[in-house]
Amino acid sequence: MEAPSLLRLAAAGSVDDGKSTLIGRLLYDSKSLMADQVADAEVDLARLTDGLRAEREQGITIDVAYRFFATPERSFIIADTPGHVRYTRNMVTGASTADLAVVLVDARNGVLEQSRRHAYLSAQLGIRHMVACVNKMDLVDWDEERFRQIEREFGDVLRELGVEDAIAIPISALHGDNVVEPSENAPWYDGPPLLRHLEQVEVARDRNLDEVRFPVQWVIRATDYRGYAGQMASGMLRAGDEVVVLPSGERTTVERVETLDGPVEVAFPPMSVVVHLANDIDAGRGSMICGAETPPPVARRLDARLCWMTDAPLRPGARYQLKQTTRRVRASVESIDSRVDLARLRDGRPAAELQLNDIGRVHLDLATPIMAEPYTRNRVTGAFILIDEKSRDTVAAGTVLEAYEDPGPPTGPHSPGVIWHEPALPRRQRWSRLGVRGATVWLTGLPASGKSTIAEELERRLVALGRPAYLLDGENVRHGLSGDLGFSPADRSEHARRVASVARMFADAGLVTIVALVSPAAADRQWARQLHNEAGLEFIEAWVDTPLDECERRDPHGLYARARAGRLRGFTGVDAPYEPPMAADVRLRGAEESVEQSVERVISALP
Amino acid sequence: MEISAPTLSQLRELEAESVHIMREVAAELERPVLLFSGGKDSIVLLRLAEKAFRPGQFPFPIMHVDTGHNFPEVLEFRDRRVAELGENLIVAKVQDSIDSGRAVEQGLSRNRLQTVTLLDAIAEHRFDAAFGGARRDEERARAKERIFSFRDAHGQWEPRAQRPELWNLYNGVLGPGETVRVFPISNWTELDVWRYIAEEGLELPSIYYAHEREVFERDGMLYAVSEWLRPSDGEVPKTVRVRYRTVGDMTITGAVESDATHPDAVIAETVATRLTERGATRADDRTSEAAMEDRKREGYF
Repeated sequence: MEAPSLLRLAAAGSVDDGKSTLIGRLLYDSKSLMADQVADAEVDLARLTDGLRAEREQGITIDVAYRFFATPERSFIIADTPGHVRYTRNMVTGASTADLAVVLVDARNGVLEQSRRHAYLSAQLGIRHMVACVNKMDLVDWDEERFRQIEREFGDVLRELGVEDAIAIPISALHGDNVVEPSENAPWYDGPPLLRHLEQVEVARDRNLDEVRFPVQWVIRATDYRGYAGQMASGMLRAGDEVVVLPSGERTTVERVETLDGPVEVAFPPMSVVVHLANDIDAGRGSMICGAETPPPVARRLDARLCWMTDAPLRPGARYQLKQTTRRVRASVESIDSRVDLARLRDGRPAAELQLNDIGRVHLDLATPIMAEPYTRNRVTGAFILIDEKSRDTVAAGTVLEAYEDPGPPTGPHSPGVIWHEPALPRRQRWSRLGVRGATVWLTGLPASGKSTIAEELERRLVALGRPAYLLDGENVRHGLSGDLGFSPADRSEHARRVASVARMFADAGLVTIVALVSPAAADRQWARQLHNEAGLEFIEAWVDTPLDECERRDPHGLYARARAGRLRGFTGVDAPYEPPMAADVRLRGAEESVEQSVERVISALP
Repeated sequence: MEISAPTLSQLRELEAESVHIMREVAAELERPVLLFSGGKDSIVLLRLAEKAFRPGQFPFPIMHVDTGHNFPEVLEFRDRRVAELGENLIVAKVQDSIDSGRAVEQGLSRNRLQTVTLLDAIAEHRFDAAFGGARRDEERARAKERIFSFRDAHGQWEPRAQRPELWNLYNGVLGPGETVRVFPISNWTELDVWRYIAEEGLELPSIYYAHEREVFERDGMLYAVSEWLRPSDGEVPKTVRVRYRTVGDMTITGAVESDATHPDAVIAETVATRLTERGATRADDRTSEAAMEDRKREGYF
């Protein structure tokens, strides 16, 4: 006989639908209930499951309780979730790990708003199997017409939610009809009783077995031993498989997969295993070992749904810690795009805040990327929580709708009323198809320090190496794009802003963008760096550090001479300051090293 | 042809979940400790720690809170098992708490005094996480407890302010003095524990299997005659074949009559029984309907 498998289910319903009674009945009739837990089961099955003093006092279920029972075919973990609207967050908690949801409907009342909400939340949490238990059928004299009507209503709700596997069962939890044993009271019902259905429903297929995702939890080290320990999130992993380790992007193959009990031929979710890689690569907690063919995005921005779980409301601009798989990163709420209208089960209008038990759609900016993908595709890599940094509380449950590698709109001003369009083609896809890797090299230094000469040679060398490169010369940009600007500090700043913005777009497109610009203000260069960093793009500040007297000696266009003669005002190095970089990525000694040497040093700094 | 999706057995799925939990704690908390009572649940925890961290060392020590009223078979087993594992053992003694005046003995049972010793030891060693072998099927307050059960700076549990626990994403972020109790086998039942012991061939202290013992009956339970507990007038000692379902302080742990001498026989008896292990054999949980909830609020395991 096959070893029994495990089914995790969530039971939900309105306050008086009889959910706790149903669970008590399942436990009692399947003989999983121990005599000391039965005070007077026939009288009060419901009280069996309300464990906290306050719950017994108030006669309601506040918190999720977990109940266990087993039959020879299967073991069950029931998350008994509170029905009251004030405890929606607990319903979400209970449903987050469930494979199947049982929604209670009172035969007298039909499908109420709360039943619809629970079905909606269950569907949002990725539960693909639902059972509507139409309870208290004895109170409507086992009227088939009444049952069929509820069955249709519920079916309509689920169809709209995209739940394919659904069944309605007429029951009486109190009397035990159709719970464990078939009922003689409903001869017109030819489906299985609830327990039989729970024993038979197949859920193993719900797991994503196609795309390998193995978040590294812990590195096991011992003498001559180094293995990556974790739990399979999705996919099937075998020795010899080609994998990519993210976020670093290194490729290698799987040497072996094992547990304490020995080698594992194929690892699949939810196995906890240890993976050994063929190459000695830099991976640790927070890395994810992924199938080389179908890696997930390395996301810096998320479009996500949040269930807000705390009293203090969520507002745009707030910062939290975000935990997803084995990564914890800082995240800020860029916008609240809508709040779900739980009466109509639709996304509503943009909202100023989310309150306790609200569900909303938000955009999140991540300080460090995570490997994430839509929850509908992967229930592990698509799930996250938000942790408040002050209270340290878990304040939200989140599911990913879309994960973007590309940053959103750059910070800074935008024209009134314009909307940012997400790129349809992700950067990484463009880069890998074209075999390019964009970045910006920003050459700063005094006039005549040799920026343009180095820049031109750098561009030639890169193109000769087969790397697309493009030189944005400060003077050339002043023909055209910056043609309306002069040389006042404000105009210089604006010029640098325009050049940086163009460089960012070029780098995003996959070009190594070479900027040759005096850019005397440290703040302007810092802004350009930030613009790139926020976009996840490499920015290399190369300081062409040629002494002033050498620049003046070169003076190819006679500009220093004109400035010294007082015929050119605001000339950098003469009567306008140059703020040298405090931490340039590369410092080129223009007077001491050859152009070729400088160019090689810049190239070796490129990603 | 449709190939069926691979499925783990229920026991191996529970094992995988527990191993994941232990690794999360090791990675996210600074100074964890594993609480070991010598009972079957904590013996399972030790095996799960091996599954999670071998061939490496455990990234935490093992700690036993010793009431001084233990079964000698259990202490012998404890020392032997820890030595086999080659791990560090800390013994925190309730007797020391009594001698230093931190705890005052009331009546026979030292069960409640353990909390003082436990909290003091956690503070002394600056532990921020303590693994325990509690299960949700044991008792109804435990049915509501999180896997990561947050304790305030006084070691107390506030059932109405538990952190939501979603998916397998545990929040182990703590403030100064705060700690977390972690229950890796929350989702196991008594039967799962026994089946695991059988499948893994785990050794248990001998008192878990049927043996002849001098006992007497009190409040419907069978207690061992020991230096700390003697029959009162009218309570007649008799020698009976018994085994223990839980291991605690000798003064409060009752035995059940049994002929089971190996795990499979225990499983057969467990399937047939109609009493939980706590209800059947633990006087500490019989005090009131909310006895466990109250003790947990104070900082009990």
